[in-house]
Amino acid sequence: MRLFNILFPPRPSSAAIAKERLKIVLSHERASRTAPDFLPRLQKELIDVVGRYVEIRDDMIRVNLGKSGDTSLLEINIEIEGAKPKLSPPRGLAGAT
Amino acid sequence: MAKVVVITSGKGGVGKTTTSAAFAAGLALRGHKTVVIDFDVGLRNLDLVMGCERRVVFDFINVINGDANLNQALIKDKRNDNLFIFPTSQTRDKDALKRDGVERVLEELKQQFDYIVCDSPAGIEHGAITALYFADSAIIVTNPEVSSVRDSDRIIGILASRSRRAERSEPPVELNLLLTRYDPMRVAKGEMLTVEDVMEILSIPLLGVIPESESVLRASNTGTPVSFDEDSPAGRAYLDAVARFMGEQREMRFVKPERRSFFRVLFGKA
Repeated sequence: MRLFNILFPPRPSSAAIAKERLKIVLSHERASRTAPDFLPRLQKELIDVVGRYVEIRDDMIRVNLGKSGDTSLLEINIEIEGAKPKLSPPRGLAGAT
Repeated sequence: MAKVVVITSGKGGVGKTTTSAAFAAGLALRGHKTVVIDFDVGLRNLDLVMGCERRVVFDFINVINGDANLNQALIKDKRNDNLFIFPTSQTRDKDALKRDGVERVLEELKQQFDYIVCDSPAGIEHGAITALYFADSAIIVTNPEVSSVRDSDRIIGILASRSRRAERSEPPVELNLLLTRYDPMRVAKGEMLTVEDVMEILSIPLLGVIPESESVLRASNTGTPVSFDEDSPAGRAYLDAVARFMGEQREMRFVKPERRSFFRVLFGKA
C-alpha cells in the first residue's frame, strides 16, 4: 500500500482544495476591508521614492496595517533581492550622500 | 422584549426563504408569537413557501406608505395560531423600502410579537442592507460551497460595520451559522467542505446543519414550512436549530453518512 502511494501519490480531495482557496482569498479580502484608504496612496508614493534608487516593480512593495498587542503596526515590506541598483542617482540628488 | 432576527446569506438560492419559513414556524411551534416578513420587494416568494399566496391583500410597502394598517396586511397562519406572515409587494421596486418607514413598522410589530423574522433578499444592495440593518440577531445561511462561503463572509463583514447596532456602537448583532444542503455522503468522499471547514473559515457559532433532503422541495411544493414535517430529516434539523437558538444543547444530527437500511433502499424513503 505504501509503495502504491509513493508510485501514485493520492490527489488532494476537491474539498481540501476548496478550503485552501477560500482561506487565501478571504484573508486578502478581510485585510482590504479593514484597511484605511490611505494605504494604496502610501504604497504608490513609496514605489516612486524607492524606484529612484533601485529598479522596482509594483508588486515588490507590500504595505499592511497590523496589530501587535495593543499597538497598531504599519508594516512595509520592500523586496529588493535581485533588484538592480539604478546606475546613477536621479539628477538633483547627486552628491547628497 | 421582541427580537429581530434576519435570515441572510449574500448569495442567492442557498435557502433563505426555506429557512425563514421553517425557522419562524419552529419558533411558533414552541409557543412564541412570531411574524415572518418578506424583504424581497418585487420578487415575493415567502407567501408561496408559506402557502398563503391567495390570501395576500395588502403588503409591507402598503403599510410603510400608510395605505393599509398592520393588521390588514398580516396573514394569520392556518396551522399555527402563533404564526403570522407579512408579505411584500410584487410590483414595486426595492427603493420603496424606506428605512424610517421600515423602522416604524418594526416598532409596531415589536408591540405584538416575540420574534420578528426578516427574510432578506440576496445580494448586498439596498433591500438586503435594509433587512439586516435593524437586526438583533442574524442567521447566516451557507451552503458548503466556495461562492456561498465567500459571500457569507462578506455579509458577516457588513453586519459588523453597517447594521444599526454597529453604527450606534451597541453590542454587535448576534451571529449564527446555518449550513444548508449538506450532503454527508459527499463530505465523506472529500467532495464537499465539512461542517468543521466552514466553521473554521467563517469562525462564527454553528446553529445547525440542514441535510440535503427531498422533503424541502416537497414542502415548498405544498406551501408548508418544512419544520412542520417532523418525519423529515430537514424538518427535524430545523427544529434542533430553533432549540439551540433558544439556548438548548442539542447534538448535531445528520452530519454523518447514514447507512440506508434494506427497508429504505427497497421503498426509496428519504
